[in-house]
Amino acid sequence: MPENAPPLLAITGLTKRYATGDLALNEVSLAVPPGQVMALIGPSGAGKSTLIRCVNRLVEPTSGQVVLDGAELTTLGRAALRRARRRMGMIFQEYALVERLTVMENVLSGRLGYTGFWASWFRRFPRRDVEEAFRLLARVGLAHMADKRADALSGGQRQRVGIVRALMQDPALLLVDEPTASLDPKTSRQIMRLIVELCEERGLAAIINIHDVALAQEFARRIVGLRAGRIVFDGTPETLDAAALTAIYGEEDWSRTIRRIEAEDSVAEPVA
Amino acid sequence: MSATAFDAAAAARAWRPPPLISSPLLRYAVYLGALAYVVLGVATVEVNWARAAEGMGRAAGFLGGFFPPDFVSKGDDIFEGLMESLTMTVVSTALGIALSIPVALGASRNLAPLPIYLFCRGIIAVSRTFQEIIIAIVFVAMVGFGPLAGMLTLTFATVGFMAKLLAEDIEDIERAQAEAVRATGAGWFSWIAWSVLPQVKPRLIGLSAYRLDINFRESAVLGLVGAGGIGDTLNTAFDRYEFDTAAAVLLIIIAIVLVCEYTSGWIRRKVQ
Amino acid sequence: MPILERAGGMPEWKRRTTAQDMLVWTGWLAGVALAVACFQFISDRTIWAFVWDAPTQGADLVSRMFPPRWSYAEQLWKPLWDTINIATLGTLLAIVIGVPLAFLAAHNTTPSVLFVRPVVLFIIVASRSINSLIWALILVIILGPGVLAGILAIALRSIGFIAKLLYEAIEEIDPSQVEALRASGASNPQVLAWGMVPQVMPAFAGISVFRWDINIREATVLGLVGAGGIGMQLEASINTLAWPQVTMIFLLILGMVAVSEWLSARVRHAII
Repeated sequence: MPENAPPLLAITGLTKRYATGDLALNEVSLAVPPGQVMALIGPSGAGKSTLIRCVNRLVEPTSGQVVLDGAELTTLGRAALRRARRRMGMIFQEYALVERLTVMENVLSGRLGYTGFWASWFRRFPRRDVEEAFRLLARVGLAHMADKRADALSGGQRQRVGIVRALMQDPALLLVDEPTASLDPKTSRQIMRLIVELCEERGLAAIINIHDVALAQEFARRIVGLRAGRIVFDGTPETLDAAALTAIYGEEDWSRTIRRIEAEDSVAEPVA
Repeated sequence: MSATAFDAAAAARAWRPPPLISSPLLRYAVYLGALAYVVLGVATVEVNWARAAEGMGRAAGFLGGFFPPDFVSKGDDIFEGLMESLTMTVVSTALGIALSIPVALGASRNLAPLPIYLFCRGIIAVSRTFQEIIIAIVFVAMVGFGPLAGMLTLTFATVGFMAKLLAEDIEDIERAQAEAVRATGAGWFSWIAWSVLPQVKPRLIGLSAYRLDINFRESAVLGLVGAGGIGDTLNTAFDRYEFDTAAAVLLIIIAIVLVCEYTSGWIRRKVQ
Repeated sequence: MPILERAGGMPEWKRRTTAQDMLVWTGWLAGVALAVACFQFISDRTIWAFVWDAPTQGADLVSRMFPPRWSYAEQLWKPLWDTINIATLGTLLAIVIGVPLAFLAAHNTTPSVLFVRPVVLFIIVASRSINSLIWALILVIILGPGVLAGILAIALRSIGFIAKLLYEAIEEIDPSQVEALRASGASNPQVLAWGMVPQVMPAFAGISVFRWDINIREATVLGLVGAGGIGMQLEASINTLAWPQVTMIFLLILGMVAVSEWLSARVRHAII
């Protein structure tokens, strides 16, 4: 995909100030072309989570523009916003599955935006939605778990259900919030690999908030560093050097973190 | 990938949301039984519609009693009833808590030998089975009309309530802490005081506050069977169709319950 | 727990400072004094001659209560059925009204914190403050004696109970599960049905069954004021001093409560 194509998502001058007075985002501008997997790194409280929540307006931005596929999101009314949200799948840190529903119900909940209330209440989804659900569950290796309750699953399995739920929306963009923070190192890598593979298969763009710099460097094609609500780094994984990490996180001995990228087989440990 | 071997379309055709009760026979039996019960239950309710229509005038009279309520003309009776209710509440709560502690210790399987355990559980069972009003009838028959019967009733009910919940808590205490204190060579009483009591104290205080609240509410009805308190005043007012006085009493009860509830809620938040 | 410096330079440990000690002891003293004063008040209204006679009275009562009049049971099946209906239908009615009220009262689901919530909260408090026996007293005056008054009395008292506990449960749900559905473009009713209802389902089942269990007990005494059920027979038997019949009624109540407790434990277990 050519890098000069019109961006899928264009953020300009996005600012968020919470009612407490904290400035979480300060004039952030960012463009994500179609199909690009981008990692968003930065210390806790830098505004990573706020940034992706401002895109689908789970958090209302204070000022600035968010344009998805040429449509401005920040001014949409309720119904239009719901339609726009269908194009943005979201994956959460603590999975955020509805624990007491089955895997299949959780997956189908990704179609709620396309389904009327009563149809969804009686669990009457179109046949092709259910088929797609089974196909995706099979793709992530969970087809046999369809009727298990979500709280019976392990962390890695839950996150895969979360991914399938997001894909069910037929999104153009994935907003991924710390997908690996609650997982062990091996599962973390599997989940990251799965997200990236699925994005490639379906040509999806993704913004992935992540704490683990090594994972970000390994799986993302572009890395954006956020610090105190401002973008302080934007480049390829190769250009993320000690100076850049210092700019993002502050002074620390980064030699080990950087060396680890070259050691391909080493199992990454969470940095934070 | 297993996706090739897995037939999503067939799985989707076969998929139904899993019902709450998996055996279809039992499921329909439960549905049918419930339906049959409701029909039968409603059918056996005998309503004297003529009498009910006649009562609408009294309903208006009763509602009219609230505009305005009459606190004054039976002021002495109201005050007397209120004092009886309040004193009953205080004494029965204090006495009930004091008595419930030994009963709770006796009703904890991890502390008491079997005969004591059964005896204490028996007290709890009797106290919880019978509604306060029934106990009050028995006490009135034994000690005569007046607040003493009410006080004894509430004390008995408090013991059952507190001892059951406390015993549950005592049975759940941390074994390690109890063992550690026992290992110091402490005697039985110091063992209780140093290992059991500290663990159940927040719950003891919380339950006491809650029970104070319940006891006041209950004290407002014991008067109906002659066991003293504001219920007596209320009953008399209803008997004489003095709806404005009854309204005043009801408003006072609601006000005091509100105060009790906020205080007990505040105390419980403090200790937890 | 302060460490006090002693003259010799050795630290001394005490549980409380002297001032705290004084405060605690004063608190206890005041509490005991209050309880004693309250008891004095009750004692002034008690004819102690009757009380000293209580053991004799009690023994006499017991001797007259046994053996129970078994044949009386034949006349009790219908009142027993009525009692169960009062409790069950009353609880069902309370659920139908109380559940919507709970959603109107909970902070995270109420349509308006300023206008709807306070009104609903007042309804809940009024319903909770007034014992079902008092509700029955009022309803019997309006509707005339009978089962209908009993059902409505149980319902009116239970609405507040169910609504209060349920709205507290609604306020404690995991917001991330709700956020995930919102992010998928689900409408508000869908978010309620898919994200909130499953989460409060166990609490709802527990609360309903708990209240039904309480209502079975309450329904046994509503007859004392004419609101139907086995209490009517109890009242009649006491008025005619037919103590063997009273024993029979007590035994039936005991059996019914035991069955209801077993049943509610089963249901709670099955749902949660």
